[in-house]
Amino acid sequence: MSAAFGSVAQVRDGLKKINYLADDGIAGVVYLAQRLGKPVLIEGPAGTGKTQLAKSVAELTGARLIRLQCYEGLDEAKALYEWNYKKQLLRIQADKASDSWSQVHDDIFSREFLLTRPLLEAISAADPVVLLIDEVDRVEVETEALLLEVLSEYQVSIPELGTITAKQIPMVFLTSNNTRELSEALKRRCLYLHVDYPDMEREKEIVLAKVPDVNANLADQIARIVRSIRQLDLKKAPSVSETLDWARTLILLGVDHIDAQQAKETLHVLLKYQTDIAKAAKELSVDE
Amino acid sequence: MPVIDLMSGFVAELRRAGLPVSLTENLDAMEAVKVIPIEDRDAFKYALGATLVKNSSHWRVFETIFEVYFSLRGSQYNIVNPTDEQADEFWREEQDQAQLGQGEGKGAGGGGLEALTPEELANMLMRALMQGDQAMMRALARQSVARFAGMEPGRPVGGTYYLYRTLRNLDLDNMLAKLLEANKQLSSRETTNLEQRLVKDEFEQRIEQFKKEVEAEIRRRLVADRGAEAMAKTLRKPLPEDVEFMHASREEMQSLKKALFPLTRKLAARLARKRRHGRKGPLDFRNTVRHSLSYGGVPAEPKFKYPRPAKPELMVVADISGSVAAFARFTLMLVYAIQSQFSKVRSFVFIDGIDEVTKHFRATEDIQEAIHKVNTEADVVWVDGHSDYGHAFEVFWERYGKDINSKTTVLLLGDARNNYHASQSWVVKEMRKHARHVYWLNPEPRSYWNTGDSIVGEYGGHTDGVYECRNLRQLEGFVEKLV
Repeated sequence: MSAAFGSVAQVRDGLKKINYLADDGIAGVVYLAQRLGKPVLIEGPAGTGKTQLAKSVAELTGARLIRLQCYEGLDEAKALYEWNYKKQLLRIQADKASDSWSQVHDDIFSREFLLTRPLLEAISAADPVVLLIDEVDRVEVETEALLLEVLSEYQVSIPELGTITAKQIPMVFLTSNNTRELSEALKRRCLYLHVDYPDMEREKEIVLAKVPDVNANLADQIARIVRSIRQLDLKKAPSVSETLDWARTLILLGVDHIDAQQAKETLHVLLKYQTDIAKAAKELSVDE
Repeated sequence: MPVIDLMSGFVAELRRAGLPVSLTENLDAMEAVKVIPIEDRDAFKYALGATLVKNSSHWRVFETIFEVYFSLRGSQYNIVNPTDEQADEFWREEQDQAQLGQGEGKGAGGGGLEALTPEELANMLMRALMQGDQAMMRALARQSVARFAGMEPGRPVGGTYYLYRTLRNLDLDNMLAKLLEANKQLSSRETTNLEQRLVKDEFEQRIEQFKKEVEAEIRRRLVADRGAEAMAKTLRKPLPEDVEFMHASREEMQSLKKALFPLTRKLAARLARKRRHGRKGPLDFRNTVRHSLSYGGVPAEPKFKYPRPAKPELMVVADISGSVAAFARFTLMLVYAIQSQFSKVRSFVFIDGIDEVTKHFRATEDIQEAIHKVNTEADVVWVDGHSDYGHAFEVFWERYGKDINSKTTVLLLGDARNNYHASQSWVVKEMRKHARHVYWLNPEPRSYWNTGDSIVGEYGGHTDGVYECRNLRQLEGFVEKLV
């Protein structure tokens, strides 16, 4: 990798420079992942910056980001590699007369006819890469097994071609929204990082860093209100990205000090269920 | 003690607490420890967490054990010298201010924190909480424990006792009110409700944090006294999924509730997947012929019927008398959270009378609110408010028995402690004749069944199965089997 991290603090500061505010846990795990050469499994509620972390690390290390978006029905032809049948067919028909069978056979199963998919591409890349396997909980349990070889050995076995081993160990991030329990085998191979909603101070800094034109006072107020709302018993607590949306909304409306009325009127940016909005509105105006 | 010995004790304790730490994970942790110095305590903790804990609901258990095993490391966690220089400085500053004419704190001249009277200590705490001064709060936590907890070496008392003593002496219960009052006086203008609310949340959080400091301090002292292993044993708490419904403390109830929501989501996703990925059914002749048109009438691509298993109808009949109320609540929450997996869910609650509560769940999206309504509005007392399964079942059969048909699955929830009333087990027998399945879920440990006034055996004989459901893990397992 182009830039190896020297310490946890260096990771944190580096990420901060590119506007990703990591807490001690996040920075520590990223540092560890690079030192130990292990993939990181990131879990946590939606909208807390799991995917963004991988992107930011790629930016920080100057690496290319390769992304594999998982979905139900993902198979090895889309995740690992595929033979380019059309090209193989053309090759066979191109000069029928000249080549012997064994020659053609060896030829059409060479690298030239291999279509690399994200996992193989990450393994065989010569330049530094960060591999992001997004929403890994969406694939079936059986498909998870596809990932295991790549994650633990950093290699891909292709029956016709042999084993392709990584020239350099890429940083790997897997994200999961926790819609199902991942298999033990996968978890065992990864470092585990749970990204939760940030505490108030960090959220305030995130708002300050990500939303232009916001002043410290307003950011502080936003972070406080969001914290109070998260403490309520809601169907879906506001995520960081929703906090940011809310901050932007308030800026657009020209608000620089939130009162209860404005908070109530813009709650729908933060909360997406009618019952939640009603509950929060009631709580925020409660007189004690 | 070298790190490696400490680590093996630590990992062994994690395993004893129920965390599944595998050998490779243990090795990873050892590798991680090599690159992270133990002095950087936070980074060290996260490094161990990342390698050993692979489930976020286990984090709290991990944290407690970590505190116990590694709390005596690092210079700033030294117990020998409980007063911080920083605190002294703070105190001096405070005094200067007092002398400037605020007339407060004049009783105690000079000295560090030791010289303070309890009232002054409480006052300082209040000020530290007002300003959110972390260092001061920490120093005060130590001082209060040293002063008020009355810890004696070798005394076999749990940490909770000391915590209680310390907090009572500081009058922490009234602290929030005092803080709010003081804050009101400080601000010059009228505050809005929103602002008040935010301030209150802030103070609550600070007090909570102070409590945690006190707890940590007590734990540190106990570990120093008794050793890590003995301490870990007394602190051992079950994982959320292993907490027993019938004996859960309030705090455990909260963690159970939190664990329930992600669990239902996972369960629903898994069930939906299972339904879709059923095996292929018999040949679909029409569809095959239809598709053969694109191959010139040759049926090249056979089509199959996908079986569509009917979603079961569910009737939940739950005992909500005191001893098993928590269990009934959790089962109802779970069932309603995954109600899309059933074609219809009806719920009934009883003590000695029975009432249908389906309407409460239909009226609102909010399950918590519905449960609350069930608890307050359902008409479940017939004579004296002691469980009478026999009467409840009889009435159930009379009123709703005709609605049970071959699609219905009936779930009976309760400990079957009938207070020696007539059992009327013929009702269960009748139910089974009409329903698809009848199951009984019992929150009591199997060894207690059929002891005292429990007659679960008599009812159970007429059902398709009686299941022990003492914790979330067992409940989840059963529900998955059910669908």
